[in-house]
Amino acid sequence: MSSPEDNAPVLLRGIAALLAAALGVAIAGALTALPPSSGLRDAVTGQMPASGVAHPVTAVLLNFRGYDTLLEVAVLLLALIATWSLRLARPPAGRDRPGLVLQALVRLLVPLFIVLAGYLLWLGAHAPGGAFQAGALLAGAGVLLTLAEGRPLGPLAPAALRGLAVLGVAVFLAVALLALGGGRLLEYPRGQAGLLILLIEAASTVSIGLALAYLFRGDEPVPPERRP
Amino acid sequence: MSPLLTYGIAGAGLIAIGLYALIVRRHLLRKIIALNVIGNGVFLTLVAAAPRLGAPDPVPHAMVLTGIVVAVSATAFALALAVRVRDATGAAALPPPDGDGASGPGH
Repeated sequence: MSSPEDNAPVLLRGIAALLAAALGVAIAGALTALPPSSGLRDAVTGQMPASGVAHPVTAVLLNFRGYDTLLEVAVLLLALIATWSLRLARPPAGRDRPGLVLQALVRLLVPLFIVLAGYLLWLGAHAPGGAFQAGALLAGAGVLLTLAEGRPLGPLAPAALRGLAVLGVAVFLAVALLALGGGRLLEYPRGQAGLLILLIEAASTVSIGLALAYLFRGDEPVPPERRP
Repeated sequence: MSPLLTYGIAGAGLIAIGLYALIVRRHLLRKIIALNVIGNGVFLTLVAAAPRLGAPDPVPHAMVLTGIVVAVSATAFALALAVRVRDATGAAALPPPDGDGASGPGH
């Protein structure tokens, strides 16, 4: 075991404080020196009718800079695969048995969470919302289920769970490659952008919710016969 | 001072505080929290810099949304690694700088 003191030596602390303060002052100074500019706002506003959605942030995320979002879903999947490959010990089941009130409450809340996730997903086309907000709600439902039940999520086989985790990236990549036929990567066909974005977001919502819930749990999906 | 500049300076302050803690603290959980403080400082700075002339520019907002998900993914994996380090070495902390490293991870 190391010493209880969690701090570095005084000299290192001084150098670190100077470095951090200099960086903070430099960033603050650069911010005050920024010229007033509307950035890319007018370019985005000008292309909004072609984007297939009505909310500018969703248009940037899923259309104008769609490859950012594709890579982001891929990073989430990568983190999930890397965490599963660490083979952390499963959380001990039944150690602190949750009360009946919590279990009953979770059974009431989870369907509500799923409906709300669907609403947020649909809302993303014209207001703040979308796949990540909806996926975070699904993940919240998964975390509540994990805490209340203390066992694997749902009756699905591990292969099905892994498939659902990959679904978002797979659908996103498929749409990107299909669009490649008529133009460039992720350049949606004219007039079908709205439908394709909804398809990508629906698939991503499921994958994001599953990935975040399993990142919270830390354990791999196990087949039913090996469950406690 | 405009409120947007206040948010920007608060973001720069968060980046500085996080960088200090990232260097100085040896416990892995504190390092992970420090990285998240830096990340949130970057997000706050970006959002504060978006509305410099009239209505906000949606591109920095979209970048911050992307960044939040990447930060959550990295944090979750870092926490899993920290648990693994604790299981393997008995402590979720880096060895002291003047130690012989015999009790630390990786030796």
